[in-house]
Amino acid sequence: MATETHLSESRTPVSRRREALKLRGRLGDIALEVLMFALLLFFLAPTFWMISSSLKVSNEIFATPVTWIPDNPQWGNYLKIFEVLPLWRFTWNTFVVVSLAVIGTVISSAMVAYAFARLNWPGRDIWFSLLLATMMLPDVITLVPRFVLFRNFGWINTWLPLIVPYWTATTAIYVFLMRQFFRGIPYELEQAAMIDGAGRLRILFQLILPLSVPVLATVAVFAIIQHYNDFLNPLIYINSQSLWTLSLALRAYNDTNVSNWELVFAAATFMLFPMVLLFIFAQRYFVQGIATTGFGGR
Amino acid sequence: MATTGLSEQIKPRRALSLQRREWIAGYLFASPFIIGFLLFTVYPMLYSIYLVFHKWDLLSPPRFTGLSNIVQLFTDPKASLALYNTAYYTLLAVPVQIVISFLLALALSRPLLLRNLYRAGFYMPIILPLVASAVVWQRVFHPEYGILNEALGWLGIPPQPWLFTKDQAKLAFVIMSFSMIGRQMVIFIAGLANIPESVLEAASIDGAGSLRRLLSIVVPLMTPLILYNAVIAVVNSFQIFIPALIMTQGGPEDATLFSVLYIYRQGFEYFNMGYAAALAWELFVIVIGFTIAQFYLSRRFVHYEN
Repeated sequence: MATETHLSESRTPVSRRREALKLRGRLGDIALEVLMFALLLFFLAPTFWMISSSLKVSNEIFATPVTWIPDNPQWGNYLKIFEVLPLWRFTWNTFVVVSLAVIGTVISSAMVAYAFARLNWPGRDIWFSLLLATMMLPDVITLVPRFVLFRNFGWINTWLPLIVPYWTATTAIYVFLMRQFFRGIPYELEQAAMIDGAGRLRILFQLILPLSVPVLATVAVFAIIQHYNDFLNPLIYINSQSLWTLSLALRAYNDTNVSNWELVFAAATFMLFPMVLLFIFAQRYFVQGIATTGFGGR
Repeated sequence: MATTGLSEQIKPRRALSLQRREWIAGYLFASPFIIGFLLFTVYPMLYSIYLVFHKWDLLSPPRFTGLSNIVQLFTDPKASLALYNTAYYTLLAVPVQIVISFLLALALSRPLLLRNLYRAGFYMPIILPLVASAVVWQRVFHPEYGILNEALGWLGIPPQPWLFTKDQAKLAFVIMSFSMIGRQMVIFIAGLANIPESVLEAASIDGAGSLRRLLSIVVPLMTPLILYNAVIAVVNSFQIFIPALIMTQGGPEDATLFSVLYIYRQGFEYFNMGYAAALAWELFVIVIGFTIAQFYLSRRFVHYEN
């Protein structure tokens, strides 16, 4: 009954209500736009502050209120950090470690993913569940015993603990991501290649991988971030300064420079810069990867 | 006769050998994982159990000490303090993280002009090196020169000591963690995009207002992702380490001595490998316990589509 009355009197009111709702929605969206913009500024304020302060003279950093754009940008701060720290050395070290770890991650994950996606072998499903189970394993549980293991190998104060483990497809999510992608590649292509006499290894590297560039890029991007940002492993395994990565160097510099904030900020900005570039140029791979797996970043 | 006999003999053998070859190929291709898993995960975990029952400083040979490391877990006040700090941080940070990231995802599902910029901007902090972020946040919280107190000053709030006082140090880490919600936000955005428009339209025709639609349709449909984000966030928050090492070194008065920091100290500064292993197992059991509890509690309110 109530609905009937509602219906009978609702010819024009409904459309009017809809108009009103639309207007309210539009006003709401404008308010939301403003709110989001303000929030974004708030979110990125520490990063802006870091970059702007890296170009200040000391006095300006400690001035209140904060100046967001330095009066007289001190680009020399960046030259100074290269004088006080062998930054090129640390950058090169980081580059070598990250490259080798990422190459290993991509190759080994692809091989393992191929075994799980396309080959039938006894025990496959058990191994796959074990792989997935490692995702729930907190890293801290292997922290101490792994150190002992690598110590027995004589790997302390070398880059090997930062590289070798990643050649064994240890990050389950990467394998999972690739496996899902490989399964979408038509099996007929593979059969045709086999009839032509191609071996499994050739099929993987010359047929499957060229067709899987998007997933390889996603995994590579995540792995670059993971290894570039890694701090705990270098902290535990690397002692000699000549082998330090950027994250160790930044931490040490921060600990010893209590007063020269502008130089610490310059060093932090320098370390952050490659990740920002990567983020800008590889953004679609991030979004793809996170949206499909729920992983990526921290 | 002879030819048919021959082909019959060959066929099964060839089939078998093809299958065998696939088996071998499977194991060969999977061998990096199998070897790595056994060597870098299983063996260390087993070895870690061995360590729990021994005292070892890496110099003299390990000495069997029975349950003394485990007893120490319960008698060492710093061990319980570290757990308390970690749980305090986790229980305060995670729920707010979930709410913030969910609200952001809702907002960014609207057709805003700069939507992509917002998404990228809110996501970005989590791909920056945590060491660099910690170095910056350490100064953001500075009582005199930090920008947080300056922003609070606009609201008329007097400067707070943050990392310099026992009472606010953990809170500072919680606040810092609110800027690292990008991954959760992206997951929620992906989930929200999967809610069929028709369901929402039907509800709105039935007279449901936007708040009602949010609470009765959107949130229930998102519960699996809320659970997922909560589980991952709890596991990660329990392992907070880098910010504490850099910003406070666990201080003041051990107020930010978190579990992993304490494990790191016992293992790699005091070289009590056995005790460090015991602490790690304790944390492991607690994290797994929390995960199971979350799944258990979630059965009441998580909505799964068939």
